[in-house]
Amino acid sequence: MTTDIWGEKRSKEKTFDPATAVERRDGLVVIHADRRGEDGRLIHYKILNDIIRQTILEGSRHIVLEGVMGHRYIASTADRQDLYIEIHGTPGNNLGAFLDGPTIEVFGNAQDMTGNTMNAGRIVIHGNAWDVTGLAARGGTILIKGNTGYRVGIHMKEYCGTRPTLVVGGTAKDYLGEYMAGGTVVVLNLNGEVEDSPVGLRLGAGIHGGKIFVRGKVERHQLGPGATMNPVTGEDAPELEACISEFEKAFGLTVPRDWENYVKVGPASSRPFSGHYDPTSV
Amino acid sequence: MAQQSSSKRRMELDAPERFMLVVDHELCKKCKKCVNECSFRALEFVDGGVKPVGGCVACGRCINVCPAHCLEIRQVPSQFPAHANFNERVRRAIMSQASTGGVLLTSCGTDIGYPVMFDEMLLDAAQVTNPAIDPLREVVETTTFVGGRKGRLEVKENGRLYMEEDPAPMIAMDMPIMIGHISLGSVSYNAQKALFTAARQLNILAGSGEGGLHKDFHPFAPNVVSEIASGRFGVTGDYLKRTAAVEIKIGQGAKPGHGGHLPGEKVSALISQTRMIPLGTDALSPYPHHDIYSIEDLQQLLSVVKESTEYKVPVGVKIAAVHNIGAIASGIVRAGADFITIDGFRGGTGSTPRIIRDHVGLPIEVAISVVDQRLTKEGLRNRVTVFAGGSIRSSADMIKAIALGADAVMVCTAAMVAMGCRVCQQCHRGVCSWGIATQREELVSRLDPDVAATRVVRLFRSWNEELKEILGAMGIDSVESLVGNRDRLRYFGPNSKIAEIMGVKHVGEGWG
Repeated sequence: MTTDIWGEKRSKEKTFDPATAVERRDGLVVIHADRRGEDGRLIHYKILNDIIRQTILEGSRHIVLEGVMGHRYIASTADRQDLYIEIHGTPGNNLGAFLDGPTIEVFGNAQDMTGNTMNAGRIVIHGNAWDVTGLAARGGTILIKGNTGYRVGIHMKEYCGTRPTLVVGGTAKDYLGEYMAGGTVVVLNLNGEVEDSPVGLRLGAGIHGGKIFVRGKVERHQLGPGATMNPVTGEDAPELEACISEFEKAFGLTVPRDWENYVKVGPASSRPFSGHYDPTSV
Repeated sequence: MAQQSSSKRRMELDAPERFMLVVDHELCKKCKKCVNECSFRALEFVDGGVKPVGGCVACGRCINVCPAHCLEIRQVPSQFPAHANFNERVRRAIMSQASTGGVLLTSCGTDIGYPVMFDEMLLDAAQVTNPAIDPLREVVETTTFVGGRKGRLEVKENGRLYMEEDPAPMIAMDMPIMIGHISLGSVSYNAQKALFTAARQLNILAGSGEGGLHKDFHPFAPNVVSEIASGRFGVTGDYLKRTAAVEIKIGQGAKPGHGGHLPGEKVSALISQTRMIPLGTDALSPYPHHDIYSIEDLQQLLSVVKESTEYKVPVGVKIAAVHNIGAIASGIVRAGADFITIDGFRGGTGSTPRIIRDHVGLPIEVAISVVDQRLTKEGLRNRVTVFAGGSIRSSADMIKAIALGADAVMVCTAAMVAMGCRVCQQCHRGVCSWGIATQREELVSRLDPDVAATRVVRLFRSWNEELKEILGAMGIDSVESLVGNRDRLRYFGPNSKIAEIMGVKHVGEGWG
């Protein structure tokens, strides 16, 4: 027994053999995240992530996580290009944080902060992904079949040829693409009508780089400061086509190419605050 | 805008000049060195002589380069009718804002003469009842350990020591000083190189700032604390794993609650690559971290960083000293931080709105004491290392900060001054004539990183020797025994209420 800082008496977490959660079958590694310890507690994220790291170190390039129930921080900083992690269940917050190359596919919903500060790689979610998805991502691709929450794609940025891409099949809430400094966000509104708006308020607030494509209606009052809105032109079609075909391939869906229903939201300036300040030292 | 060259004529409603360069034309060798070195373009060579053309900021570069010693910067006497309330400072701000309509920017720490409690406290010394120690002949330990302290140490029956929990990672520094977070971007490549070199030579830590870690600086990584700020500039798995410790920056003393704003003209190719941001655009750090809206969220970012670094390095949090600092610090320790850095309101910056720098936050003396008392009361103080910064100007400030409750201090401005900075408060303009706060290559090359590093090393070595002198005089043989030892401080100022809040007795009060 040990006393933790909350003053509770709590038994040590390591009450089971991690090996009991790992199964090797057909050349891949299956990790059962729903195994419980002797104390009846679900496998702790620290142990789960440790098992994942060990499995990668041992050379596994295809890892299946079964029965994930809100386990946080899965695959943070994983950096093997050829690594594929398949997740069944609901991964917890910060899935694939600082991800740098691997592909993560979630057959379920993801929670908040998926792909936090992602550098490279691919996260595919066959469900919804909630708030702050793709925060500060500077590369890689996030594909969400369903809807996403508030403050998604915040401060995504591009540099030296790396660009992040985020495609949402359904809808997004307020502050989509806030502070955005590069990359592409696409909201496809596949479950709604094109007369409806699939995005919330303060869209692209403070945007100073990158683009947000929205299929559906965007009213002027929905735009945040610094954002401008234009119809999609032939110039944008190849980029949109690339994002959409990747989305179709990932989920086996067909997305209409009705460019006339899309709007493009972008920055009014790459220097939104020049002129805001008085540099005279008085 | 201040007048920047003679081609730009003074508007009749602009404020008069603050500084004037006086040239002794008899001594002047007409080498034009001062004109060429003045990055503020306040000097011109006209009609065979050096002529001040306005815009002098008293950076002092011209004086130091003049081979004839014929220059003198004079503070222009006030040209304003005297008024104690509408003082010159107030009137200048009004005039400038009426001309530009902008939010006033500034840099360095506040120059307003708020009371400095460091200067209102006196240290104790040993007399008769406990002996003083001669630090030149006896060991006075200044090694400082950085990191979380977990669980308890138990002595078992076999006489061996056991830890209740796995020990947390620790870093040993040779002195209780950390060079604060000064990012590449706010300062030049040469300046950051000098600071990192000094940290390595001193065996102390230096902050990376939020500008990422340039690949040339990877060899310094064992002495670098990487920073995760709201812009996540340059933050990758490699950056987190490579460095000695990771700090999540929530706030900065000079601008609590404000994000960062590196203007596009400072985002050069070097900065773009290191920060991993687009070239030439404004580098904006959002005001909050958008994944942190609560202590629970902070706990998640701490946890994800610990997961990412596989629990091998200390992970801490830096906060600006604000009114509720005690409760915030308590939450941060409970969230699992291994160290807390508290930055007082007098702390420096490369750029901040003046309104925030001059009017927001808490003085560091009070903040340290409040945090130390709160954490001690809650039984948490032993779990963390507390760094304190925000205008630690001298070893005296450092010693008093430690006695108030900090484990170590974070120093930036003093290190800059050692490198040549004159605290002219123009960093945000990006034309630092000393090659420190600039990205212009012709200016950056003025700073020799080796010379600058040596000066920083000498400064902090001398501070550490002064620390030993004081510790010896107090009869304390290890700096750890001074931490939070407020009984060795006495308040000698006008406000006994503040002494009470800091938990420091008034001069004249004894032990009992």
